[in-house]
Amino acid sequence: MNTTKKKGFVYTLKKNKVAYAYVAPFYILFAIFGLFPIVAGFGLSFFRWDGIGPMHFNGVTNYINLFKDSLFWKALSNTLLIGILAHIPILLGGLALAYILNSKLVEGENIFKTIYFMPMVTSSVAISIIFQNLFGNNYGIINWFLSLFGQKAINWLGGDGSLIKVAVIVMFAWKWVGWNMVIYLAGMQGISGDIYEAAKIDGASDTRVMFSIVIPLLKPIIVFTIVQSSIGMFNLFTEPFILTNSSWTGGVNNGGLTLMMYLLNKAPQGGNSYGYASACAYVITIMIVIISVFVNKFSEEKDEGRRKYGK
Amino acid sequence: MKTLLIGILIIAVVLAVISKIHPIGKKVSLYIVLGFIALIMLIPFYMMFVMATHTTSEIYSFPPAMWFGTNIVTNLKNMIQAVNFPLSFLNSCIVTFGNVILVLFFCSIGGYAFAVYQFPGRKVLFAVLLGTMMVPWTAGIIPWFIMMSKLGWLNSFQALIIPSCANAFGIFWMRQYCQNNVPVSLVEAARIDGCSEWTIFFRVIAPILKPAYASLGIMQFVNVWNDFMQPLMILRRPEKMTLPLMLKTMVGDRGTDYGALMFASTCAVLPLLIAFLSASKFFMSGLTSGAVKE
Repeated sequence: MNTTKKKGFVYTLKKNKVAYAYVAPFYILFAIFGLFPIVAGFGLSFFRWDGIGPMHFNGVTNYINLFKDSLFWKALSNTLLIGILAHIPILLGGLALAYILNSKLVEGENIFKTIYFMPMVTSSVAISIIFQNLFGNNYGIINWFLSLFGQKAINWLGGDGSLIKVAVIVMFAWKWVGWNMVIYLAGMQGISGDIYEAAKIDGASDTRVMFSIVIPLLKPIIVFTIVQSSIGMFNLFTEPFILTNSSWTGGVNNGGLTLMMYLLNKAPQGGNSYGYASACAYVITIMIVIISVFVNKFSEEKDEGRRKYGK
Repeated sequence: MKTLLIGILIIAVVLAVISKIHPIGKKVSLYIVLGFIALIMLIPFYMMFVMATHTTSEIYSFPPAMWFGTNIVTNLKNMIQAVNFPLSFLNSCIVTFGNVILVLFFCSIGGYAFAVYQFPGRKVLFAVLLGTMMVPWTAGIIPWFIMMSKLGWLNSFQALIIPSCANAFGIFWMRQYCQNNVPVSLVEAARIDGCSEWTIFFRVIAPILKPAYASLGIMQFVNVWNDFMQPLMILRRPEKMTLPLMLKTMVGDRGTDYGALMFASTCAVLPLLIAFLSASKFFMSGLTSGAVKE
């Protein structure tokens, strides 16, 4: 029995060699470049290592030092603040624009879609360079526009550093609103027109249709976009980095310091505390996992409530 | 600031009122809102083009220049002196095309195998594949970098081309496409005609997958072309830099030549932007294919 099974294994391998050969590259590449670094990163986070010399095991010291570092907390609060505030215009704006374009009240829908989507194909570095200029203190178009209404020049990227986040949020919303809109629009086009008709006949207003029909039906898509952009937020790096003139500390008073910037500055870009940076990477990862699980759970619970208390 | 906010409020109220009065009023106010947002989306691009034609001191003046200047040739010359644009462009092309071609190849054969072949362990392997999509790559970023340096791949393009070929989403997506568009009978017919399995894939299947190649290719292309973080870690020598890195080197604390920088940004952004504008539907469906099920 045992031998036939062994024979059988080799036999199936040979018989299906084409199929295995086709799928093998992914698993080999993932094992080497994906799985191995992730596992090694966990191990490394318990060591002190400068990248060249011997490694020193130091238990959870890296994690403790990380939580003691006020700069880490600054980076975390910046990242969360940017993340949460930027989601409001991206989500609501995306939904509203998609709803308007889907309502068939306006023509040239494709022209608007194309314009709103343009930032998505543009390099983040170029966008950041442009916005750095638009937010310029003495020459930027934004301060010029505000000056028409009697506002004194605002030092967005300097000052006490707190307004750097505003610039990042504006830039982020500008970039991502089109992407969300296109996704929501595709979802709305999947909703049967009869439902809208029926609601209209019953005298429902657009706002009511939006909140009672469109959003509940689009919920899986909305949850997907929230999870995606939350992950994007934790990896936020390029925009604040370029906006603050490639300063690894996030500009004045660390106003633009994000978690990813903090991590890369520990190693390999600024310093060489590889173990410490690895611990930081794991903390970020755990937060990503928690947020994904939380968002998914939250949406499921609401779903059940709806089911329980009647439709 | 106060006048601005009050003005916005008044405009919003007026638009709301006229949209209630008459259907045409509603249409007009929707156009105004959409047009205003379109304007906001376009201004940064417009300002980039405008600034690319001005000298740095003109850019630093107040009020800012709103119309095209005459300094474009000087900016071009300054850019050529400051950086090697053609080389960076070539580097970006090598990294992006190399990665995209490999991704399309591996993903299509993988997805095809999962869709068409019945082999033991198929379900388990596919579940593992889906599982890998949940794993955040951030966790392994430091060992990944160390690995690249131990392999001697720092300052080399394969570090950016090869590791990201393991694209679980691509395989998943290709499998969906194969299941919907590749009839098993077609594969069997080709087999009866005596085609080898490789011939079947390249001669019969690959042509069917063309639309899938286009969507996945566009998504991967845009992501890799615009990527900044990985190249920043890997490519440190100026002669190896991709376009985003080249742009970054032109920004300094002091003495940034903004005219040349904006000219370089324009040159870096324009190819993809033109491609997008000429096939925007294609791009939009490609870039959102991760979220939207057809």
